Amino acid sequence: MIEIRFAGYGGQGIIRSGIIIGKAASLYDDKFATMNQSFGPEARGGACSAQVIVSDDRVLYPYVTVPNVMVAMSQEGYSKYEPELGDEGLLLIDEDLVRPKPLRGNIKLYSVPATRFAEELGNRIIANVVMLGFFTAISEVVTVEAMKKAIPTLVPSRFVELNLKAFDKGYEYGLELRGKEKRGKAGTAGRC
Amino acid sequence: MSAPKVAERPRPKMKEEPHPMESLLRMERIPHIWCPTCGIGTTVTAFATALEKLDWDLDKVCIVSGIGCTGRVAGYMRLDSFHTTHGRPIAFATGVKLGNPELKVVVFSGDGDLIAIGGNHFIHAARRNMDLTVICVNNFIYAMTGGQVAPTTPPTGYATTSPYGNFEKPFNIPHLAESCGAVYVARWTALHVRRLTNSIMEALQKPGFSVVEVITPCANYWGRINRLGTGLDLMRFYHENSIIKHGEDTRNLDIEFKKPIVVGKFIDRERPTFLQAYNQRLSEILGDKFKPYGGKA
Amino acid sequence: MKADPKGVLTGSHFLDGDHACAEGALAAGCRFFGGYPITPSTEVAERFSQRCPLVEAIFIQMEDELGSLAAVIGAAWTGRKAMTVTSGPGFSLMMEHIGLAAMLETPLVLANVQRGGPSTGLPTLTGQADMMQARWGSHGDYEIIAVSPNSPQETFDFTIKAFNLSERYRVPVLVMLDECVGHMTEKVVIPPADEIEIEPRRYYKGPKDKYLPFKPDKDLVPPMVDAGSGTRFHVTGLTHDYRGYPVMSADCQEELVRRLVNKIRKNADHIVEYEEEQTDGADVVVISYGITSRVALRAVDLARQEGIKVGILRLIVVWPFPEKRIRELAGKVKAFVMPEINYGQMVLEVDRCACGRAEVALVPHGGGWVHDPEDILHTIRQAAKGKGVGKGVIEYPRKKRG
Repeated sequence: MIEIRFAGYGGQGIIRSGIIIGKAASLYDDKFATMNQSFGPEARGGACSAQVIVSDDRVLYPYVTVPNVMVAMSQEGYSKYEPELGDEGLLLIDEDLVRPKPLRGNIKLYSVPATRFAEELGNRIIANVVMLGFFTAISEVVTVEAMKKAIPTLVPSRFVELNLKAFDKGYEYGLELRGKEKRGKAGTAGRC
Repeated sequence: MSAPKVAERPRPKMKEEPHPMESLLRMERIPHIWCPTCGIGTTVTAFATALEKLDWDLDKVCIVSGIGCTGRVAGYMRLDSFHTTHGRPIAFATGVKLGNPELKVVVFSGDGDLIAIGGNHFIHAARRNMDLTVICVNNFIYAMTGGQVAPTTPPTGYATTSPYGNFEKPFNIPHLAESCGAVYVARWTALHVRRLTNSIMEALQKPGFSVVEVITPCANYWGRINRLGTGLDLMRFYHENSIIKHGEDTRNLDIEFKKPIVVGKFIDRERPTFLQAYNQRLSEILGDKFKPYGGKA
Repeated sequence: MKADPKGVLTGSHFLDGDHACAEGALAAGCRFFGGYPITPSTEVAERFSQRCPLVEAIFIQMEDELGSLAAVIGAAWTGRKAMTVTSGPGFSLMMEHIGLAAMLETPLVLANVQRGGPSTGLPTLTGQADMMQARWGSHGDYEIIAVSPNSPQETFDFTIKAFNLSERYRVPVLVMLDECVGHMTEKVVIPPADEIEIEPRRYYKGPKDKYLPFKPDKDLVPPMVDAGSGTRFHVTGLTHDYRGYPVMSADCQEELVRRLVNKIRKNADHIVEYEEEQTDGADVVVISYGITSRVALRAVDLARQEGIKVGILRLIVVWPFPEKRIRELAGKVKAFVMPEINYGQMVLEVDRCACGRAEVALVPHGGGWVHDPEDILHTIRQAAKGKGVGKGVIEYPRKKRG
C-alpha cells in the first residue's frame, strides 16, 4: 500500500492530480485507489492538498497517515505536510517553488522545475501534469500507460495534446534523473 | 293598505335536488368546518364557478392547501387535492407542477400560511414565475387557532397575541407579489363575488405566478375581538368602504384598520414562466442534446 | 423491471460518493431533484443540475430545505421518482416533511451526507451523529428505512436500493452517508441498465371512482395513483381514514399509525440487511456501519493477528435495526464492540437487543475524522475479557499514546 500526499496552493491542479493518479491506478492498473482532498476555507487560494492511497487490496482506512510519497508544489504546502512524510519516503518538489529543509532519515529528494517546464510549453497551468510525469517516473506507483489513459479523460479535450506533452516532459526528466542515479550516484541523486 | 302577499314559491324537494356544485365538491364531507358568515365558503364558490365556466378537464387540476381555516379548502374540492404542512403548499405545488407540467396547480390557502410561515416560498415562486395560481384568503388573523396576530393584521387591530393592539407594519400582499415578480395580481373582498370569480378565471388562464387576494370576513375572531360586529356588519363594511381601482399602483394598497380597502386587478403582465425560461436556456446551450421538458415522465 | 437506460451511465468511473449518489438515483429512475446546497452534500446537487437536462429529468434549487422536501413529495405524487439531499442543519429543517412523507406514504429518497454537529458544527468534516435523528427526528410515531454505504460504489448501489425500498413500502428512505464517503473518490462500476433491478411503483388498477388512497394491501402497503390520473384523491397530513379524509379520533389514529409502523416492522425480515463474517465462535463481534465499518475492519485484522476471536456484523440497512440477529448473537458472544462517530447512538439499539447477556462497548468519536483503528483494537482487547456484561453501554478509557 502506497500513501501519497500532493500539496500546493489552490489553482495549481493539485486535486486534479490526485484524481488522475487515483483513476489511473484503479481503472487502468487494476489496483485499488482512494482519493481524498482537503475541504474548507483553506482550499480557496491557500494551501491545498490531495491524498491518494494506492493498494493491491481494498483500502480500508481512507486517509493517509504516513505518506510514502510527498509531492510539494508550494512552500506552504511543503511546510504543512513535510513533517508527516515517513523516514523512508520520497519527496518530490517543484525546485523553483519549494526550498526544502535539510533532509531527515532516509528521505530521498527529487526536484523538477515543473512550473518552468510548463511555461516553456506555453502554459503554467499544466505544471501539475509535468509533475505527474515526474512522479510516475520516480515513484513507479502507477504505470505510464495507465496515466496516459487517465489524463485525456480528465482534461478539456482541446488541451489533451498539450497535457500529454507536459506529462512526457516530466516523465523523461524523471527517467533521466533516475538514470544518473543508477550510474554511480545512487542515494545521492536528490541530496542538495 | 297592506303590502301584497308574495306568492309562496314551491320549494324544491331537497333530497332529490343535487347541489349545483356537486361534481366539484366532496359532498360526503359537507357540512364543512367553517363558521357561519365566514368568507372562505364564498371564495370556494367563486373558485368552483370559475372552474365550471372554464370547462376544463378537472382531472388535470390539482389543488394544494396548507394549514389553517383556508387550508381545509383542498379537502372539500373534488379534485386531486393535497392538504400539506403549514406554510409549504407553494413549495409542494412547485413539485407537483414540475413533476407533471400538464397539470394546472392551484394553491388555496390563508394569509398566515402563505405570507408568514410560507413567505419564503411565496417570494421565490413569484421570482421564478412558477406556473401556479395562488388564491390567498386574507382575514387579517389566525382564525383556526383562536385569533392570533398575523403579518396582515392592520395596525392597532387586536388579536389574542396582540392584546394591546398590533404595532407592526403588515404586508401589503399585492405589492409583495408584484415586487417579487408575479404576473397577475388582483384583490377582492368576499362581497365582490362576480368580480372575484372573473379574476380567478383570469388568474387560472394566466401562465405564470398569479395571485388573487381575497379579503374575507372572520366574525368569530377578527370581528369579535375588534368589536366590528357580525359577519353581516363586516360585509356591510366592505360594501361601504371598498374602492375599485383597477391598475392602481400596488404601493398604495396598504390596508388600514377600519379604513377603506382598495380592490381591483392591479397587475397583468407577461414574463416567461420557470419552465419556459428553463427550456429556452437549456435549448440554447445544449442544442439537440436537450429535449424540452414538458410532458409526463 | 429493469432500469431505464437513459439514466444509466454504464462503465467504470472514478467518482466521489456524492456524485455516485446522484448517478445511483438517475440509474434508479429518479427524474426529479429539488434541493438546497449544503456542504458536504452540495456535489450531489451539482451533479443533478448538470445531468438532469440530459435525461429528461428536472432539477430545481429550492429556496430552503423545507421547500426542497415539500417539492419532492409533490413531485413523487405525479409519478416521478424524486429525491433530495442535505446535511446536518438542512436535515433538521427536513424533519417536518419526513413526517409528511411518512403520513402521506410517499416514496422518495433523502440522502444525508453527515457532518459534525450539533448546529453548524463541522461543515467540511465527517460525523455519524444523525443516526437517531434519522429514526426519530420528525414528531409523532412512524417507521423509516435507512441505509448506510461505506464507499462511493456502495453509495451508487445503495441509492438504487433506497429507491426500490421506498417504492416497495411507500415510505421515505434515507441514505445515511457521511462527509468521508461523500468526498472520497474511488472506482465506481455502473452496470448496464438491464442488469439493474428496479422496483416499479405499486399502482392501483381498479375503477377510478373506487380508489381509496390508504386502503392497504395484505402486506399493509396501499397502492398508489398519480395526480392527474382521474381518481380525484385527497391526501392530508392529518390523521385520516382509507379515503384520505381527516378523522380526529383515537380509533382512526390507532388504525392508521399502527399500520404505518407495522408496514415496516412486520416486513422487517425482508428489509433488514447486514453483512456478517466469522461470528461463529467469536468472543467479540464488532458492529459498525458507514465509513466506520471500513476502519473497523483494519482493527479486526489486527485483533485477529493477536489471536482474538473477532467477528464482524456490518449494517447495510441501519433502520429497521437487525434486532433478531443481535439478540441471537448476544447469547453466544462475550461482547459487542461498536465504533461510531458520535457519543453513542446505534449502540443503544445494540444494548437494547443484548438484554444484558453480552457486554456492549462503545468506541465513540466526536466527529471531524474517522476512528484511529488502534482505538477500536484497544477496546476489542478489553472487551474480549467480557467483564462488562450487564453494565449497559460501557466505554474503555482510550489508550495512552507515546
